[in-house]
Amino acid sequence: MLSTKFSPMSKEEVDRKWWEIGDFFRRNSLWMLMYCTGCCAIELPPAMTSAYDMERLGMGPMATPRQADVLLVTGYLSLKTLRRLIYTYEQMSEPKYVVGFGSCTINGGIYHDSHAVINQLNKYVPVDVFVAGCMPNTESVMNGFIDLMDLIKNKKANGWKDYHERNDWYKANQKAALGEVKIHDEFHE
Amino acid sequence: MVDMLLMILAGVGVALFGFVLQTSIAGVNRKIVGRIQKRYGPKWYQEFLDIFKLLSKRSVTHGWIFDFGVIMALGGIIGTAMFMPITSSLMAFPGYDNFFIFVYLIAVGMLGMAMSASGSGNPLASIGVMRALTTMLAYEVPFMIVVLTIIKLTGTSSLSELGILQQAGGDFNWFVIALPLGGIVAVISLMGMLGKKPFVTYIAPAEIASGPMVEYGGKQLGMLFIMHEITVFIEVSLFVHLFLGGAENILFFIIKYFAVYTALNIMSSVYGRLKIDQVVLFFYKWPLILAVTQAFIAIYLGWVI
Repeated sequence: MLSTKFSPMSKEEVDRKWWEIGDFFRRNSLWMLMYCTGCCAIELPPAMTSAYDMERLGMGPMATPRQADVLLVTGYLSLKTLRRLIYTYEQMSEPKYVVGFGSCTINGGIYHDSHAVINQLNKYVPVDVFVAGCMPNTESVMNGFIDLMDLIKNKKANGWKDYHERNDWYKANQKAALGEVKIHDEFHE
Repeated sequence: MVDMLLMILAGVGVALFGFVLQTSIAGVNRKIVGRIQKRYGPKWYQEFLDIFKLLSKRSVTHGWIFDFGVIMALGGIIGTAMFMPITSSLMAFPGYDNFFIFVYLIAVGMLGMAMSASGSGNPLASIGVMRALTTMLAYEVPFMIVVLTIIKLTGTSSLSELGILQQAGGDFNWFVIALPLGGIVAVISLMGMLGKKPFVTYIAPAEIASGPMVEYGGKQLGMLFIMHEITVFIEVSLFVHLFLGGAENILFFIIKYFAVYTALNIMSSVYGRLKIDQVVLFFYKWPLILAVTQAFIAIYLGWVI
């Protein structure tokens, strides 16, 4: 028999409840930032328009990294674009998720032996969902988005927390690929 | 004292009503636009999900002007919406529903947003604010001429009295029909006010990355979304009360409101976007000529249908 006596919840339980409520809103309203680096970007127009209509899942394109929740990396990343991708990822407001498209983000794909292209994306930024294929068809892209929603629901989309916890490891990998980054401070020069 | 507190509570209730009404209708309209584009469209409560999601996110700040401007924008707009009559007899502050109160008070919210966007230091935000103010200069002139014509003809500038005057003349004795040229001008100006498609120069996601909103994310963007919904409520309600004969009861208000907003959305979904100089030239050409012609024939010749 259930007790009707009021028992106050501990602070962790209250935080967990609020986080679950927030997760409901976050997974039903994913705003994307499309970092269209490679050929997989061609799968996004049919996914957005009337063929598959991702707006019925609450997803939509956004203009700037600050407003977005999901970073879509569509294809191979050259070393030049990797630097911009890291800047973009660090500007997004938390909680933030990354979806990697195609085999290029998993193991380099057909560019695996190129000197100008990185092979594994999740050595540089934490990736929550990979959509495999060269290129993936639109059904698997939509399936990847639904997988991301399930991961958020089951509290497994923790890439952004991982980026905080293992920040040294990610930074070391980034530096190994890009070399030391010298920041131009145009304002004070 | 107690009366005053009750009136303020009722005013906050009006703002809340406007937020819920406009957010629901905006969600339904996203579905309608989706159907126009042969899509299924999002859930009707998608706008609520978006706003609460934004409020649940963490966000960065760019200094206290950036934060304070957002609060000033939201507070200014809620303060404006508190004076809005819902029907011709239901309002929070009876006797304070003058048209000019809205014209002046709505500037507080707009300037708060302009200040906050400039405080972010992003050049695209400054361009967006500049374009928003330029568009405002463009659509205000023809709109004000039409509204001043109405005020000259009726001798009152109170929204509820204007509504009662139009209802007293019988069915469909609305100013949008009585002053047909002025009605066209008001619809075009309303599209400019709401930032609908041909006049969406200051958002322009593909060109200046959503303009004033470029640096906002998380909670600040959520507050700006709430502010935007209440602003739309104020502007569409102004149109309903000035040109569509107000509302006898709350059901008529919701029907008229929905009809106006949906019609504007359907119109805007078939247009492209103008450039900012084209917007200003357009408003200073055709709507201005129509508005002056309407004022002349209504006031000096006395031709009112």
